[in-house]
Amino acid sequence: MTSAEFLMFARGPMIQVAGFVFALGLLVRLVEILMLGRSENLAEKRGSGFQGGLRTIISRFFPADQNTFKRSAVTVVAGYVFHVGLFFIIFFLTPHIALFKHLVGFSWPALSTPIIDFLTVLALIAMVVLLWRRLTHPLLKFLSTGEDFIAWTVTFLPLLTGYMSYHHLLLPYNWLLGFHIASVALFLVVFPFTKLMHTFTFFLARWYIGSMAGEKGVRQ
Amino acid sequence: MTHATLERGINALREQIDAPVAAFFNSCVNCGICAEACLFYTESGNPVYTPIHKLEPMRRLWEQEYTLVGRIRKMLGLSKAITDEELREWEELVYDGCSLCGRCSMVCPVGNDITYMLRKMREGMAASGNAPEGLIGATTRAVKLGSPMGVKVVALQAQAKHVKNDTGLEIPFDKEGADYMVLLSSMEIINYPEYLAAIARILDQAGKSWTVSTEAFEATNAGIQIGVSDIARELVSRVVAAAEKLKVKTIVSPECGHAYTAIRWEGPNLIGRPFAFKVRHIVEVLDELRKEGLLKTEGLEEDHLTFHDPCQLVRRGGVVDQPRNLLKMVSQNFSEMEDCGQMNWCCGAGGGVSANERADELRSKAFLRKKSQLDKLNVDTIVTACANCRIQLEEGLEEHEMEIPVVGLTEMIADHLVVKEQSEGGT
Ligand code: SF4
Ligand code: SF4
Repeated sequence: MTSAEFLMFARGPMIQVAGFVFALGLLVRLVEILMLGRSENLAEKRGSGFQGGLRTIISRFFPADQNTFKRSAVTVVAGYVFHVGLFFIIFFLTPHIALFKHLVGFSWPALSTPIIDFLTVLALIAMVVLLWRRLTHPLLKFLSTGEDFIAWTVTFLPLLTGYMSYHHLLLPYNWLLGFHIASVALFLVVFPFTKLMHTFTFFLARWYIGSMAGEKGVRQ
Repeated sequence: MTHATLERGINALREQIDAPVAAFFNSCVNCGICAEACLFYTESGNPVYTPIHKLEPMRRLWEQEYTLVGRIRKMLGLSKAITDEELREWEELVYDGCSLCGRCSMVCPVGNDITYMLRKMREGMAASGNAPEGLIGATTRAVKLGSPMGVKVVALQAQAKHVKNDTGLEIPFDKEGADYMVLLSSMEIINYPEYLAAIARILDQAGKSWTVSTEAFEATNAGIQIGVSDIARELVSRVVAAAEKLKVKTIVSPECGHAYTAIRWEGPNLIGRPFAFKVRHIVEVLDELRKEGLLKTEGLEEDHLTFHDPCQLVRRGGVVDQPRNLLKMVSQNFSEMEDCGQMNWCCGAGGGVSANERADELRSKAFLRKKSQLDKLNVDTIVTACANCRIQLEEGLEEHEMEIPVVGLTEMIADHLVVKEQSEGGT
């Protein structure tokens, strides 16, 4: 297979199948959760569950408690850097926006490439820090499962290959871009079957905890 | 609890799995932040006390039965079924190593209400016969005798007599149509009879009618601590029946955090219908009286004070400002603890931990967190609003030879009541 053929395959059937698995898997998992339902709260309410739910969706973006923050500073800071970086890289890199435009029909302004490039370096470093913590910190070593490492790997690869393609490192561009797309396909396929799902379900989790707290008048 | 089997335990767990639980398990990223908020981890340094880890058997059950991937993995023999042995191992984590304090739920970045799930997990533990002896005893006494500590109504009536002698006030038993039906915890009846006297004096001054039911005076709910909803329902039903019989307007939960959660938030859900009366914690009632101008105090405490927030009030009940409003009325030298209010550290004894002798060592280790908060303050007196916290604080302080008295907020307020003209002699 030539590099051009590989690229054609990756951006063609491969990513299409992956996208299909991703969408279907996502749907199944969300339905699995929502189908379980929950019982109505019959206690006299002290506040609004609706407001509480919305508030917590936002407020949990920020550490709630100084003491816990200090005790877990590396995880929180590296976690932030990597998530924020990833968000901007996925949604604000010019070629990505072009792809989204192709998919959804509209586009938005991009960030300049050097900024994205810088964020990518930061995100890569942050991810390495998080991996290193998982491998060395007694608490995280104890908690970590194979799934955590799978999730890490399939997230790290697109970042790395994306960075390499942009800088034309090691391999010819076509191969690099092909690998980048292939790694995204892998990410998409793995996504619905692992805790990568938190990307979507954290909204639900925060909504539930926030609305329960809101009804009790507990501020979160 | 009699015919506890693994199968019953698993069935009980199945019943507990709802959409929030599924969303929570789905969202956990094993970041370990919840551990850093849990005093059983911070004080022991042992990762097994990580809050989310305490739920591992329940998580696997959810995965194996409520997710497509999990079902496939189970079919392929890739995930192991829950065993009795495993649950026995988890018993210590779920009961001894968790006071249901709610701190973990406040910090989880994805928003998992871990405490909500731990409460549910106990249903499976109890039904499978993996609950601590101490809690089984307390629950049995609560069902048979009406009190987890075996306090009978005669003991309460004897206390009422003392109150009458000391204050000249009658404790109004079984009075119909009263504004308030006051509940008590056995702990208070036995260890802190001052509470009953304080209530009598405060409500007398405020001119409110109140009553204590001889049929249901116990506020705590051992069924919730151990995780047997049927028993919890039975215990709540007794209180509801008494309140409906006496046609009271409001039930007053005593200075006890878990009792408040049990009757205020779980109560209606356990019996499956809303209450026709209100439920308030005594601190809420006092603050309402204050707002209405019915709580008149005089004089200020000379001591340097601090307030220990009971977990169930702040994190699971939303009662944060009320005790502070009240303390302002009677103090001049008040300092807040570090992490006070919503993030206050648990005393280490809630959620059934204090009823479980096996947990004694771990419980006193957990107290070290409270100790380090107190060490930074240098106060003369600690005020709190939970008899269970109070005992733990007193025991822990004694163990560390720290001579700081612990006082209930209601008593402190009662001590400062403006003496009514017709009653004899000042205090
Ligand atoms: S803090 Fe939340 S996401 Fe992190 S390990 Fe605990 S439960 Fe999981
Ligand atoms: S509820 Fe409190 S004691 Fe229990 S796991 Fe969470 S932080 Fe620890």
